[in-house]
Amino acid sequence: MSATEELKPVKKLNLKENYSLLTRGLGWEPTYHTKAAVYPMMAFEGIKIHDWDKWEDPFRLTMDAYWKYQGEKERKLYAIIDAFQQNNGQFQVTDARYVQALKVFINGVTELEYLSHRGFCILSREFEGVGPRIAAQMQSIDELRHAQTQIHAISQYNKYFTGMSCFPYQFDHAWYLSIPKSFFEDAVSSGPFEFITAISFAFEYVLTNLVFMPWMSGAAFNGDMATVSFGFSAQSDEARHMTLGIEVIKFLLEQDPDNLPIVQRWIDKWFWRGYRLLTLLAAMMDYMLPKRVMSWSEAWEIYFEQNGGALFVDLARYGVRMPKYWEVTVKEKGLVSHQLWSTFYQLRHAVAFPVWLPSDDEMDWMSAKYPDTFDKYFRPKYTYWKELEAAGTPYIVDTLPVLCQTCQWPTLFAEPDDPMQTCHRESVYKGETFHFCSDGCKDIFDYEPEKYVHAWMPVQQILQGNCFLPGVDPTAPDFNPLVEALKYMGIKPGIDGGDFATCQDARNWEEWTKRAASMYEAMATPPVATAAE
Amino acid sequence: MSVRAITPDYHGDFKDTEDKYHGQRLLGLSWDHNGLYTNPFCIPVAPDMPFAALADQVIPKLFGPHPDFSGIDWSKVTWYRGATAFTPDRAKTLDENGIKHKALIRFALPSPGPFARSLGVAA
Repeated sequence: MSATEELKPVKKLNLKENYSLLTRGLGWEPTYHTKAAVYPMMAFEGIKIHDWDKWEDPFRLTMDAYWKYQGEKERKLYAIIDAFQQNNGQFQVTDARYVQALKVFINGVTELEYLSHRGFCILSREFEGVGPRIAAQMQSIDELRHAQTQIHAISQYNKYFTGMSCFPYQFDHAWYLSIPKSFFEDAVSSGPFEFITAISFAFEYVLTNLVFMPWMSGAAFNGDMATVSFGFSAQSDEARHMTLGIEVIKFLLEQDPDNLPIVQRWIDKWFWRGYRLLTLLAAMMDYMLPKRVMSWSEAWEIYFEQNGGALFVDLARYGVRMPKYWEVTVKEKGLVSHQLWSTFYQLRHAVAFPVWLPSDDEMDWMSAKYPDTFDKYFRPKYTYWKELEAAGTPYIVDTLPVLCQTCQWPTLFAEPDDPMQTCHRESVYKGETFHFCSDGCKDIFDYEPEKYVHAWMPVQQILQGNCFLPGVDPTAPDFNPLVEALKYMGIKPGIDGGDFATCQDARNWEEWTKRAASMYEAMATPPVATAAE
Repeated sequence: MSVRAITPDYHGDFKDTEDKYHGQRLLGLSWDHNGLYTNPFCIPVAPDMPFAALADQVIPKLFGPHPDFSGIDWSKVTWYRGATAFTPDRAKTLDENGIKHKALIRFALPSPGPFARSLGVAA
C-alpha cells in the first residue's frame, strides 16, 4: 500500500447506507440462545409476525441525527423558558384560574409522559425486530424529554402558586389521578403489541390531536409562552409518534390475517379508555381556560368525527372498522365536560385544585356552543348552586362516589339516550359485583376480569382504611378514614381544593398583580389608590 | 374470552372483597332522574342493618338536601337492586333483603318532582 493510497479518505457513506447501518445494522442473530428465549414476550398475545424486515421505519432517523435535532430544539426551548422566567411570565397569563389548569396538567398529565417513557423503554428491549426496537428507543427518550421540559417550564409557576410541588406524590395518591395513572399502567402491564397499539395508535394517532391542538393553542391564547414553547418543542416528536402509530397498525395487519380480530379488540378497548381519560381535557377546555379556543364538542367533531372518521375509512381495506361505541361519544359530546365539572364542584373539598361556578358571560358562551344541552341541563343547576352560595349555604357533597371499575371515574356519565339519568352497568364475576360507567367500560372488564379485579380503587381503599400517613393509628376510636385519606393524598384543606374565590392562589394573584383573580369577576379586594398615584 | 398473560393462568387478587371492610360491606345508592347529584354514593354499611334504618336514617342524610326529597311519597317509589326491581321488607336486614356486598340500590319516583323538572328532567 503506497502512502498516497493510505491518505485517501474512506468514501463517505451515503445517507441510505448510513441509515441502514445505524438502525437494522445494529441487530444480530443470536447463536447460543433461541430467538424465543431472547424475546420471550413476542408470542403470548397471539400476534403472528412472519417477517420483521417488512417493517417500514417511520422515523427515518438515526441516533446521531436524533441527538443533533433534539439538542437544537432544547436550546431554543430553554432560551424561551429563561426569558419567560426573567420577565415574570407567570403573571402575564390571563388570570389565576388559568394557573389551575396548569396544576391539573402537572399533577395528572406530565406523569403520563414519564410512564410512556417507561413503556417504550420496555418495548425497545422486547421487540424482536430491530426497526421497531430503534423506533421505541427514540420514542422512549422523547417521552422522557417531554416530562422534563414540562416540569422545567411549569417549575416557574411552582415558585408562586400552590399545589404543584409534590406532583409525583399526588399522581400516585390523589383519588382522581388514579384515572390517568390506571390508564397508563393498564397499557404498560399488557403485552408489547397491545401497548404499542394502545399508545401509539389509539392514543397518539387517533386522539392526541385533541390534546395538542386545542390545549396548546389555548395556552397561547391565554398568554402562557412557556407552555406553548414546550408544546411546540414536543410537537415535531408527536408527528413522528403518530407515524409510528399508523405504521404499527399496517404492519400488524399485513403480517397475518389472524392479527385482525386481536388488533380490532385493542382498538375498541383503547379508543374507549383514551376517550374516557380525555373527559379531563374536556373539562379543562370548557371550564379552566379563561379564554377559550374552541369547545370540547367542536374539538371532538373536528379531530375525531371528521379526521378520525377519514382514518377509519382508509383502514377499512385492512378490515378494520370504527372503534366500538364511537356513536356513544358523539351522543355524549354535549354533556361530558359539564357533567365532570359539576362533579368536581360537588367534590371540590376533595380535589387538589380550587373549583368555581362559571360566570354569566361564560354560561352565555356555553349556551352558544352547546345549544342542545347547556341551557336545558346545566345552566339551571349552576344557577341553583349560585343561589345557594349567595345565601351562604353552598352546596357540597361529602359522601364518596361509586367508581367505574375500568376507567375509575365516578360513575358520573349519563345513559346515552337519557341525559338526566346516570348510566349504571354492573357485572357479577365469581360472586362479586363490579360497577361501570358505560357499556364500553363494562365490555373491557368482562373480557379480562382477571386483570381488573386487582385494580386499586381509591374509594374502596379509603373505606378499607388503607389510606393514611405513617404514625396514624387506624384502630383508634377517632380514626376518620375520609379526613386521613385527604392528608394521605397530599390535599391540604384551605390551601388545595375548595372554592376558587377564597383560595390562596386567588388572594396572592390579586395582591401581586393588582388584577382580578378571575377575568370574569371583580377583584375580591379592589386595590386602594395611594397618594403618590 | 379471558386475559392473555405471560404467566399461565394469571389471576389478579380480588382487591375489594367483603372481608376487607371490618364487618361492613359496600353499598351504592342512587336516585333515578334526581337532576342534582352527579353520581351514585358509596357507603359502608352493616349487613344486619334493618332496611327501615337505611330508608329512614341513611337515605335522608344523603339525599335530604334535595328540594324534592321531603315531598316523596315513599309508597309509590320503585326500588331497584342492580337492574332488578324489588320490594324491600323494612323489618328485615339489608342482607335478608338480598343486598349483598357492593350492591347498588336505586329508587325511582313515578314522576320527577318540581325541582328535578326545573333542572331539566323530563316530566
